[in-house]
Amino acid sequence: MRFAVLQFGGSNCDHDAYHVVHDVCGVDCDLIWYKEGITREYDAVILPGGFSYGDYLRAGAIATRTPVMQDVLRHADAGRLVLGICNGAQIGAESGLIPGVFTTNAYPKFICEWVHLRVENATSPFTSQYRMGEVIRIPIAHKEGRYVVPPGVGRQLLDEGRVAFRFCNEEGECTPESNPNGSALNITGVLGDKGNVLVMMPHPERAAEQILGSADGRRLFASMISHIENQ
Amino acid sequence: MVSAGDLAYLEGQLGRTLTDLEIACFDNLWSEHCSYRSTKELLKTLPTTGENVLLGPGDDAAIVRFSDDIALAIGMESHNHPSYVDPYDGAATGVGGIVRDIISMGARPIALMDPLYFGPLDDEKNRYLFEHVVQGIGDYGNCIGVPVVRGELVFDESYSGNPLVNVVCVGIVDPDSYLTARVQRPGNRLILYGASTGRDGLGGASFASRDLSEDAEAEDRPCVQVGDPYTEKLLIEATIEMKATGKIAACRDLGAAGLAGASSEMSSTFGAKIVADRVHLREPRMNEVEILLAESQERMLIEAAPEDVPALTAIIGKYDLKWSDIGEVIPENRYIVTFNGETVCDLPIGLLVGGAPCETREAAPYDHETPFTLPAGGLKEISLRVLSHPDIARKDWVSRQYDHDVQLRTVATGGDAGLLRLGDAALALSCGCFPRQIALRPYEGTANSVYENAANLACLGADPLCIVNCLNFASPVHPDVYWQLSQAVAGMGDMARALAVPIVGGNVSLYNESDEFDTRIKPTPSIGMAGKGPLFIPAAPKDGDTLVLIGSAAPALGGSILDAVTGCGGSAPAMAEISLLPLVRTLARSGVFVTDVSAGGLLATLAGFDAGCTVTLAGDPWEVLFSEAPGRFLAACADPSAVDGLPHTVIGTIGGGATEIAVGEERLIITAKEREEALDSIRSRMMFD
Repeated sequence: MRFAVLQFGGSNCDHDAYHVVHDVCGVDCDLIWYKEGITREYDAVILPGGFSYGDYLRAGAIATRTPVMQDVLRHADAGRLVLGICNGAQIGAESGLIPGVFTTNAYPKFICEWVHLRVENATSPFTSQYRMGEVIRIPIAHKEGRYVVPPGVGRQLLDEGRVAFRFCNEEGECTPESNPNGSALNITGVLGDKGNVLVMMPHPERAAEQILGSADGRRLFASMISHIENQ
Repeated sequence: MVSAGDLAYLEGQLGRTLTDLEIACFDNLWSEHCSYRSTKELLKTLPTTGENVLLGPGDDAAIVRFSDDIALAIGMESHNHPSYVDPYDGAATGVGGIVRDIISMGARPIALMDPLYFGPLDDEKNRYLFEHVVQGIGDYGNCIGVPVVRGELVFDESYSGNPLVNVVCVGIVDPDSYLTARVQRPGNRLILYGASTGRDGLGGASFASRDLSEDAEAEDRPCVQVGDPYTEKLLIEATIEMKATGKIAACRDLGAAGLAGASSEMSSTFGAKIVADRVHLREPRMNEVEILLAESQERMLIEAAPEDVPALTAIIGKYDLKWSDIGEVIPENRYIVTFNGETVCDLPIGLLVGGAPCETREAAPYDHETPFTLPAGGLKEISLRVLSHPDIARKDWVSRQYDHDVQLRTVATGGDAGLLRLGDAALALSCGCFPRQIALRPYEGTANSVYENAANLACLGADPLCIVNCLNFASPVHPDVYWQLSQAVAGMGDMARALAVPIVGGNVSLYNESDEFDTRIKPTPSIGMAGKGPLFIPAAPKDGDTLVLIGSAAPALGGSILDAVTGCGGSAPAMAEISLLPLVRTLARSGVFVTDVSAGGLLATLAGFDAGCTVTLAGDPWEVLFSEAPGRFLAACADPSAVDGLPHTVIGTIGGGATEIAVGEERLIITAKEREEALDSIRSRMMFD
């Protein structure tokens, strides 16, 4: 089994994702500089957080148009796993891997804080180690993380089981107060139509070790590993 | 401009008139910002050595051993004047500058701290400065992926028109292979890489050493640089990758005084010959003065052997950064610049770098302490005003704009200090000072500010490793200000010696005065402290815990938040007694929640418990609740026997929702709602729907 973490010039959670995959989960992992392209088969590709090209234009807009993203789309088309975290989620949305976009937060400032997420799908390759409806604790850190979709699409995604995570309070209620960035229906983790792509604004790699505040995010990586092992 | 006295001195030394470029070089390199002309003699008195100090003051950053295989690179900078003129870019480039200081040691930056000082928030301009400074720091630090793990906020009238933006950056590097900014061998090439040079930030170092005049904003805007954090991120990665090859002989970032400053200071062990035409430029037709003095951001300079240049520049190219081979190290101790084939600067390098004569300043002591007068108003009303003072209120409106978790080291940020996982130990970081107390008693106030940072670390079980500082003062030409400065440095040095903590670096920012607001800042010797302790998740106070007050201190209300709110006066605190610190450290390591009583006094500490508390205290209510004299700690523990062996008093328990305090004849009840409203004052002021 081998994971890849893509590195753009402004990726800044690349080493963090690598650390969790390689050191915490004990899985082989390569850091891939975007100019090198994906030159072999990987079981999973992670688009890490950061500011891929400084994000002066629109988060993820330029990264989406780099040749390496064609490699990522081919990898996804083959049914293998793609996880986009934060800036990786913005790139994923911009690339059309999921419907909708992530745009400027309702209160238009950067937000870095711990939030609660409700697990809305516990059978995907990314969430099988969670229980349906379980409340987990994971941090967010973004300025452009408000998920926006055309009318009706959010509800449809929920009905189709394509929502992995929604912002909620400690009791698991998806209230306006527990929606830190104003996302549609509190949605912040969305699966691609074949279920092998997950994009999410919260940072599971930052919640993979108890000493850093929570180990809830580790089970997301464990779910991916288990899915790959059982293929 | 170079003063007439300096110019006459220089012409005498050189026996000729100076070229335009030479004058510009001296104007910047002989400024207070670069040459410490008013402070060099004072700074010499500070303790700078210790068993863990691998490299003390003088380079871009200090190197301090943390463990066998990890050393810290640490530095502190101010970006005060630019942040007033253009708060967003001024603050952002302040972060960029100190981060490059860390990169130039070959270190990876891992943490930032931002002590900030503003005028009161009821003034619209101060709110504008506050909002944009915070956003500038956030946007820059967040983009480059260096977490802001700690800060300090002080609001005081004296910072109206002259906010202070200080930044501490900490990096990590192999203790055996850090880089320095001292060239090593004549014949080696000097390679400039990073952003191209434009006309931005011309004369910034000399600008930083002036007071701000009324129309400073419009006039000086060209002096403020614009930051590009994406390029900075590329510089971080490129420099670390080049450093790993072992082929960088020396490295320096371009900051104040631009290429002239970096290339001359770096080469002062030998000499340098710079070909100005080779610098990669952003705009056409720049002259030699502009090329050498521009403070365009995100640029670095390395020394490399000629045969190593291709390997290093290939790495620079990998990151899409530009570079130019701008000259060489020469054996003669001269600083030579050519442009269009002509020599436009040819100076003895020792005269340009470190040759500035020291200024002698007069000191005039003062005594501004007034006798304590009973505040007018009820205890509860005044208590709520103290809690809603922005120095005491919650800082989450600020801290959540900073990414504090990136790089996966952050264990805690909310308590007395920031706590990071580093190897198998914890790196603890604290910053700040007490300007109001320092204004009354510069010596004791500064000493107590050093102590306060050490106390913050002790509450997380950490021993101090080193101190960095920013000496932010008004103009030293005023004898009372120079007295403040000399007293502050003496107090800092004495407390550092008492705690056996070396002061390894710092920066001086003088002339912080504003014609517009007719203000001079309060003396602000801002402290940054790094420490080391065992790695553990700090204890949190729990409902039902017993509250224990540890230690005692002669009450003092002068310079307290109560004084700021009511003008009650009083003496400022005496010098802290340090003997409790080791005991507090041991207590924290045993898993007991302990915090020190400081700004806002015991009331602010008690109001920090979200679950509320019920306590009974003896003594005068004003003194017991509001004194900020150092030496008191508050512990919360399930079993009070945990504090046996420490001088202590059991005062109550956590819980009940409200903050209920019986003190002397007074009974103070602050409901949870009142407390939340008071502590929420910054957010409610700055955030509206």
